[in-house]
Amino acid sequence: MENGVVLTMRGITKTFPGVKALGGVDFTLRKGEIHALMGENGAGKSTLIKVLTGVYDFENGEIHVEGIDSPIINHSTQEAQNRGISTVYQEVNLCPNLTVAENLFIGREPKKFGLIDWKTMNKKAQQIIDDLDIGIDVTVTLENYSVALQQMVAIARAVDMESKVLILDEPTSSLDDNEVEKLFGMMNRLKEQGVGIIFVTHFLEQVYAVCDRITVLRNGELVGEYPIAELPRVELVAKMMGKNFDDLASIKDADDTCIKDELIIDANGLSHKGKIKPFDLEIHKGEVIGLTGLLGSGRSELARAIYGADKAQTGTLKVNGKEVKINAPIDAMKLGMGFLPDDRKAEGVIADLSIRENIILALQAKRGVFKLIPRKEQERLAEKYIKEIQVKTASMETPISQLSGGNQQKVIIGRWLATNPDFLILDEPTRGIDIGTKTEIQKLVVKLAKEGKSVIFISSEIEEMIRTCDRMVVLRDGMKVGEISEDITQATIMKAIAGGDSNE
Amino acid sequence: MKKKANFNGNNLLLVITIVLFVVMYAIGCIVYGSKGFSQFQSFLNILIGNAGLICVTCGMTCVMITGGIDISVGSLVGLDCMILAYGMEKLHWSAITAVIVVLIVGIVFGVVQGFLIGILGIQPFIITMAGLFFARGMCAVITTEMVNVANETFKKWATIKINLPFGGYVNRRGIYMAPYIRITVVIALIVVALTFILLKFTKFGRSLYAVGGNETSAKLMGLNVKMTKMKAYILSSFLCSIGGILFCMNSMTGSVAQAKGLEMEAIASAVIGGTLLTGGVGNVIGSLFGVLITGTIDALVQFNGKLLSSWSSIAVSVLLCFFIILQAIFALIKERNKA
Ligand SMILES: Nc1ncnc2c1ncn2[C@@H]1O[C@H](COP(=O)(O)OP(=O)(O)OP(=O)(O)O)[C@@H](O)[C@H]1O
Ligand SMILES: [Mg+2]
Repeated sequence: MENGVVLTMRGITKTFPGVKALGGVDFTLRKGEIHALMGENGAGKSTLIKVLTGVYDFENGEIHVEGIDSPIINHSTQEAQNRGISTVYQEVNLCPNLTVAENLFIGREPKKFGLIDWKTMNKKAQQIIDDLDIGIDVTVTLENYSVALQQMVAIARAVDMESKVLILDEPTSSLDDNEVEKLFGMMNRLKEQGVGIIFVTHFLEQVYAVCDRITVLRNGELVGEYPIAELPRVELVAKMMGKNFDDLASIKDADDTCIKDELIIDANGLSHKGKIKPFDLEIHKGEVIGLTGLLGSGRSELARAIYGADKAQTGTLKVNGKEVKINAPIDAMKLGMGFLPDDRKAEGVIADLSIRENIILALQAKRGVFKLIPRKEQERLAEKYIKEIQVKTASMETPISQLSGGNQQKVIIGRWLATNPDFLILDEPTRGIDIGTKTEIQKLVVKLAKEGKSVIFISSEIEEMIRTCDRMVVLRDGMKVGEISEDITQATIMKAIAGGDSNE
Repeated sequence: MKKKANFNGNNLLLVITIVLFVVMYAIGCIVYGSKGFSQFQSFLNILIGNAGLICVTCGMTCVMITGGIDISVGSLVGLDCMILAYGMEKLHWSAITAVIVVLIVGIVFGVVQGFLIGILGIQPFIITMAGLFFARGMCAVITTEMVNVANETFKKWATIKINLPFGGYVNRRGIYMAPYIRITVVIALIVVALTFILLKFTKFGRSLYAVGGNETSAKLMGLNVKMTKMKAYILSSFLCSIGGILFCMNSMTGSVAQAKGLEMEAIASAVIGGTLLTGGVGNVIGSLFGVLITGTIDALVQFNGKLLSSWSSIAVSVLLCFFIILQAIFALIKERNKA
């Protein structure tokens, strides 16, 4: 093996029934580099990683690891770990019912007299967590923490294994800027120690922030491997999509507003204790409102209070001018609202159902279980949304669990669009979704508004909000602190989020 | 930071179970105190009467933690008793031989079930139901008669009294009556202790919880999910066979209908003791109290003397429902807190 190379894969081929996921892919990882693995949803990134780490077997190809002369095949993740490859998979790969400490150490618990030494384990775990500056109690079961913190724990686990290859498959999709910063610091430290890191993400800025090299996949085929300096953003997008595409082009005309005078939502003093302080909010028909603020500032919570996911404890809510009482999300749905939650891993995908069934789920709930939607209509809806949001699948009857992570998310977006809501709340709709579809979703939002529908759009990517929203609501520490309707730019938003720190 | 309110429903369930046991027992003492319910020996009798069930429930708990179920245990206990009785009386095995044969049968039974469920991934309910019919069928194949155990050694084991140095009383004739337990209770409590250590302090034990919590995750974290499941069923059948031997020491017979429905008592005890039907949560201390609660209900019905014994099944089933509802409510609260 070449000097400085820790891992090579040559001619990797993998077929799922009916789908060629990988066709002769090559990949080379060097010591002390951060290597981005890029591609659209369903390009085969996760599959390549799973083939490498023994989750899937593969038909053809060779894998070599530094220090082992003959080609290796891992038959289980345990084997991969023993050979120095540790991985954070795209799906949450921890056990919610175990404590944080156990999740960090399971399979390699410290022992005393042959029995698990809980005291040492908890102490070591707290050390790891404190080193990363994540303030959590390791003796508490994992399910008590947010998805972002769980993700950090998963990363901490992989990092602590002290391997020569670290694989991170979309680790940042639920992290806020602060946590991403921490992660990058950690990655850079490991890089200096000579660890090779494979990094998958759909955030292009992150790629350019930390990576040294990029390998691009498209439709299970290798497009090429490039040093980061030789592949500017526009070209990277073109390589991923196989066509020229400007993901930063404007999607709406400034004077092309379609906001009507009528209010669809008129909230007065809504609040939910400990989550969101009393707020007022008016939303017009045909308006797109962006909620912005740091993670945990109450963005999602504000939306949840309107939708009844956290029942509002004070205040009044008028929908279409009529005062209503929303006790549970189903009431909101019946009033024509839709809500795409940000924690789609936990609240969205029903793994055993097909794409079609997943898409009609919310609509069926809205109509009531006794009014079964005719099969013909189900198929029509499924087909429509599969096309509209570009779900990459062989058929609408495929179980959703067989889709790539990003495509599963698209299906869930389709589920809410299918209910044809007058007022739609989208909480981080583009997370984990590739660049082409991201733009497609933004366009869709603008189109909905043109049809006279209203949208609340929540996203951590300010750029994306500027391109879609008519008005921004700023939140801080669980409180609505202001609105920006004119001059929506990165600078004004950042300033509003930070909160003109002079007066604090 | 973003630490959520920590609602630990699982500990609360255990506390509720223990409190319920204490309250029930206290009521028994008040109502049937004159008939001797409040005597320490009455409590020990519950342990003696349910020693077998305690072992079976320990195994059941381990399987349920993985998210599975083992409904073959009742029949297996029946088969164990039959092998013991028939082996010692008709085939003239020594007591030791018979016990060893039963334990081996338990392990083999568990290996087959575990292989089909763990390695081949077939539904546990289906496989253990097949196991249930198979074991019951084998009983009848051995013999349809009732066989009483007369083996001297086995009898001696079964009738050893172990006097406790405390809690005795002086009876009407002025003789000091020392409270006693039988060897079965000692074995059952050792099984509880070992299972407790296994679940809390070994990699295998923690893997059971991991598999029950999220199978895919457990696999991706590098645990051998298939083997873990297989071993869980082997453990269940093995502990069940120990339970079978204890059961036989109480009944001293083997018959086709023996221990029918014991699987439901074991499941009920585990659930009452805080094991979640959905897997991932449970512990043997809870299960022990679960057995004690069902045992106390039996005892109360017996002390009453007028009630039909079916009333104890009714009471157990009501309790079971109550605890399942409690579990569901706790799951809901947890969901709320998380959202
Ligand atoms: N278990 C499976 N069974 C069948 N097909 C699968 C399975 N897993 C993945 N596929 C298919 O293989 C292809 C590649 O999927 P993969 O998950 O590798 O994509 P990805 O590049 O990771 O995409 P994303 O960015 O959305 O995570 C997809 O077409 C997907 O439908
Ligand atoms: Mg993926």
